[in-house]
Amino acid sequence: MSIVIIKPGLFSTIQDEGRKGFQHLGINPNGAMDIRAMQMANTLVLNDVSEAVLEFYFPAPVLQFTQPAFIALGGADFSAETNGTDIPINQPVFIPANTIIQFTSKKWGQVGYLSVQGGFDLSEWLNSYSTNVKAAAGGFEGNILKAGDTIDLRFNASNKTTNKEYSTMPWKASSKEFYHSNPLQFIPGNEFAKLTETSQTLLLSAEFSILRQSDRMGYRLNGPALELSEKKEIISTAVTKGTIQLLPNGQCIVLMADHQTTGGYPRIGHIISADLPTLAQKGINDSIYFTTTTIEQAEKLFIGQEQHLHLLTNACKLQLDAYHRH
Amino acid sequence: MNVSNLNIYPLGDQALTLQLSDQIDASVNQQVMHIFHHLQNHPIKAVTDIIPAYSSITIVYDLAQIGLQHRFSSSFEWIKATIIQHIESINASKLIGRHIKIPACYDVSLGLDLIELAQHNQLSVEEVIHKHTSQTYQVYMIGFLPGFPYMAAVDPSIQMNRRAVPRQIVPKGSVGIAGAQTGIYPLDSPGGWQIIGQIPLNLFDISKENPCLLSPGDRVEFYTVSLEEFWEIRKAITA
Repeated sequence: MSIVIIKPGLFSTIQDEGRKGFQHLGINPNGAMDIRAMQMANTLVLNDVSEAVLEFYFPAPVLQFTQPAFIALGGADFSAETNGTDIPINQPVFIPANTIIQFTSKKWGQVGYLSVQGGFDLSEWLNSYSTNVKAAAGGFEGNILKAGDTIDLRFNASNKTTNKEYSTMPWKASSKEFYHSNPLQFIPGNEFAKLTETSQTLLLSAEFSILRQSDRMGYRLNGPALELSEKKEIISTAVTKGTIQLLPNGQCIVLMADHQTTGGYPRIGHIISADLPTLAQKGINDSIYFTTTTIEQAEKLFIGQEQHLHLLTNACKLQLDAYHRH
Repeated sequence: MNVSNLNIYPLGDQALTLQLSDQIDASVNQQVMHIFHHLQNHPIKAVTDIIPAYSSITIVYDLAQIGLQHRFSSSFEWIKATIIQHIESINASKLIGRHIKIPACYDVSLGLDLIELAQHNQLSVEEVIHKHTSQTYQVYMIGFLPGFPYMAAVDPSIQMNRRAVPRQIVPKGSVGIAGAQTGIYPLDSPGGWQIIGQIPLNLFDISKENPCLLSPGDRVEFYTVSLEEFWEIRKAITA
């Protein structure tokens, strides 16, 4: 009554919306890199948007379901298939017992999600299922998934549906609302004004690319070296997901889900929440451009995404009701 | 509390930082702790995290939970106004924070940089230990690792900058010095602080409801234990 990890993939973990309320103890929030993809995968199978999901990169894991399940894939498209049949993303599917799912090629994006109706039967650590690898806590045994790991499911889909074979549900969602192309929008950070005029112009016009040393902690960027007009030491303060820090060598790092809670590097900007899914789906060598925005605009875009998610949740409920009546 | 000197700025679109000063100062940090304790005891809608640091405090909020605030141009302005109101009501006269005594073993087998730090400061190892245990340190903030306390101020005569090349692994429990700061590593971790001893207690324990031994604002005193006592305590904890 579970998912068995046949092959673990590059970096597969259990994540939810992140661990809230413990950053004052240095316990970072973790959580899904692409929150919107995670929420959407949950909505499609009528889970609460904050239910824990499986997050994975490419090469992605090979998974075997020992029981029937109602699942959805979201975020990156890694060409999922079972027995030669393609499994669509952003569309819920019913899978019978002993289905093996594998991902054959990278079509779009960097980080994928798999939701299961009813969620995984795991215990929370500090009110969250997100994996904190550093603390070896949360998620599945506090670690990235390994071959042979068996994650129990809370819910057996065979009771709920008459289907015995693989089938796609007759509704799907569009994820367009959550992604766009360049430039990424940021709110100027407290040290933005301390950049030289030339560096400010460069930050808003130059091409940056994502370096190989990027991970869930942060995306390291390669671009023109930026300079501060005064070299004043900064006292450590809290940082957050999306914070663009200027490293001593003039290069930037954008903090992501596994960021430390505090930092002492200049904060030249903060990528707005609405643009973090777009950044999370960018990979090594992808190019990035930046532009500034206002807090009002950032909030407006965020609320727009919330409303889209809300509409989607309602639509999925109606679709499922209609499907059962059919 | 007077808020006229506060610099309040957005830390992205779901957090804001209140900066009280741009210096490391015990009385400023006490003000930070008063704000921290007040906001913890008077929850504000949508606030998820309150993160005190040396001379600033950051409030993280969930934009989805705030909703429209008609009198304000943005959620940021609403939360900013709400927090200022709270801070104005704070009476920051009394000293806050727990006083905690922590056993530490300063044997050179655990204090990996103890001899070097003593030589650097032209003191004996015994003098360094005496000076480190004679001070009460304030936990200015917790960061870097789960439960890692940034404490100050170390006696100027035993200060030393971080190691030029950080260690790949600093053992958990190690007590370090970095300039005027002293800290304790909660986990085995890479690190550059000068290691002078080790505590037998678990600073961070995921099996506990409150996994961290120390909180921001605590005042910490170290007392020496022998190598034998160190291992006895550690065995008793892990048993």
